[in-house]
Amino acid sequence: MLNDIFIKPFADMAAAPDFLLQVLWEGLVSGILYALIALGFVLIYRSSRIFNFAQGIMVVFAALTLVGLHALGIPAWISVALTLAVMFALAVTIERVVLRPLVGQPDIILFMATIGITLFLIGGGEIIFGGENKVMITEELGIPTGSVLLEPWGGLLILEQKDITAVLVAAALVVALLVFLNRTRMGRAIRALGDDHQAALSVGISLQTVWVLVWFIAGIIALVTGIAWGARAGVSFALEVIAYKALPVLMLGGLESITGAIIGGLMIGMLEKLFEIYWGQPLLGGNTETWFAFVLALVVLLFRPQGLFGERIIERV
Amino acid sequence: MLYRTAGQFKTSYKADMALFPVRQDAVLLAVILALVWGVFPLLASEFAFQTLLIPILIYALAALGLNILTGYAGQLSLGTGAFMGVGAYACYKMVTLFPWMNPVVAILLSGLFSAGVGVMFGIPSLRIKGFYLAIATLAAQFFLVWLFEKWGWLYNDNASGAIQVPNLDMFGIYVAGPQASSLVQYYVVLAVVTLMTLLCINLTRGNLGRTWKATRDMDIAAELIGINLLRSKLMAFAVSSYVVGVAGALFVFMWRGAAEPNLFDIPLSFRVLFIAIIGGLGSILGNYLGAILIVGLPVVLNTLPQALGLPISSATVEHLNVMIVGALIVFFLIIEPHGLARLWALIREKLIIWPFPH
Repeated sequence: MLNDIFIKPFADMAAAPDFLLQVLWEGLVSGILYALIALGFVLIYRSSRIFNFAQGIMVVFAALTLVGLHALGIPAWISVALTLAVMFALAVTIERVVLRPLVGQPDIILFMATIGITLFLIGGGEIIFGGENKVMITEELGIPTGSVLLEPWGGLLILEQKDITAVLVAAALVVALLVFLNRTRMGRAIRALGDDHQAALSVGISLQTVWVLVWFIAGIIALVTGIAWGARAGVSFALEVIAYKALPVLMLGGLESITGAIIGGLMIGMLEKLFEIYWGQPLLGGNTETWFAFVLALVVLLFRPQGLFGERIIERV
Repeated sequence: MLYRTAGQFKTSYKADMALFPVRQDAVLLAVILALVWGVFPLLASEFAFQTLLIPILIYALAALGLNILTGYAGQLSLGTGAFMGVGAYACYKMVTLFPWMNPVVAILLSGLFSAGVGVMFGIPSLRIKGFYLAIATLAAQFFLVWLFEKWGWLYNDNASGAIQVPNLDMFGIYVAGPQASSLVQYYVVLAVVTLMTLLCINLTRGNLGRTWKATRDMDIAAELIGINLLRSKLMAFAVSSYVVGVAGALFVFMWRGAAEPNLFDIPLSFRVLFIAIIGGLGSILGNYLGAILIVGLPVVLNTLPQALGLPISSATVEHLNVMIVGALIVFFLIIEPHGLARLWALIREKLIIWPFPH
């Protein structure tokens, strides 16, 4: 028993380093996607203290809109532009209809409202696009679909080109986002709102504009995530479950931290794959990926209640 | 007029703190109890029992359990579905291991198991707060559902992986399983729910309830005035999980008849959370109002297109339902963030002072 837990997995890893690398790469790719979804959460949480449960369904909705528009005969890149327009309209609608009347309500009420939005989008999406699994328009968007074969230590490592593209695009998106948040006027406004609503309002930052903008950026992130994940697994409402995976990422990284979201996402992506392959399948009957991330995050949180990179929680009476 | 409280004098602290300080409230409740105990069972059809009466009571009980934790003790939980599952599986194991056991006793005992599991997952609440805690309870949700699937002992290793409720009788009358009649099941559910509600009302009014409220409002301040947070929070998790576990056992044994692990997945947790929040956090009455809305609404919406003669396929109706429920949640949150219970409190207030504005 002890052998199975403490020695055998590591012996297996050492015996087949190419397989270990393959597992890590798979973990890295899904970790990037978790990180992207978590990024959408963090942006909205930072600027409005809203815990946006709808981020997962926004991913599905964006991907479905893209595929649906393309199916109407619209060229791929124009579909992307139109999808962005739809996400913008969605952001404006959510801000107008849902968020504006709820300004200043307790956090849990806003959280529930985003679950309401989630249900609305699930129902609406099923009616408009139908529930069946669809194929992402990978080739039409010019994403290479081949794979790269590497041979480290005489083994074999298969890297799919669309995964490589996803990783590169995600990295570019994160850099762009960081530059936007740290170097532009609007980015500073977003961060100011996150620090203190009233102070930000009093120096003339418009809450409404910033919220629309933030939800729109979350929509863009959702579209990128949707394309990347859709290229791997097809587009369906099952995608929504990956949104749950972003939650432990948030816990691990801290709700306010962009770096935390990225590092947390990568860590969880890789560790859960490692655990599943070397411990979960041989010892626990597999499918441990559904809960491993949560339990890991829970254990980390017991030692650091604000996550690895979250703002220190200071309580005053 | 009907709610005039003039002339009802309180002469002692005890009278002021009675369960019904206003006589009309007691009368109203008596009418409602007479309806649910006497009139509804006589009039209700099989359809009404199975789609409305029994599920509303069971969901209301689950929401009541959650409300104790979230509404009274302030610890947001997203793992309700899994705790219902613990209750259901514990009850299943008990009635299959000890077939002579009285089913109602088994249902009441099964709550103890989910209370134990609840306390275990409640321990992090001593360090983790707010949304972090909410996500931590998701760990319970996903881990437990996985366990229901993988741990064969729980469902006696049968091939389907689901639990099937056997025929269970009490004093010669079938109360659970395929042979039980809806009427009997309704009365069993109603009895358990009434009992639990009475218990919860008195718990929340008592010493324990007041420590919960203090913990909810600000836990550090509560600690400073001498409340033992460890005890307060873990008791909240224990009582809440007990009630939720009993609701879960009723859910499978008195209503569904069979259950697969994914029945207890996250949509169930959210459903119960909707009921608690739309009904009103920190209220007992709200759970019932919320359950009537959330359980009753889809039934109404399902029958509506047929009644109006609209040619809509059932799949579309299903999706429209989800959409409308989503929209309604947002709508109710906007008009009354404190829930339906607050709405009733406002109406009652107006009735008491009517016809005067103040």
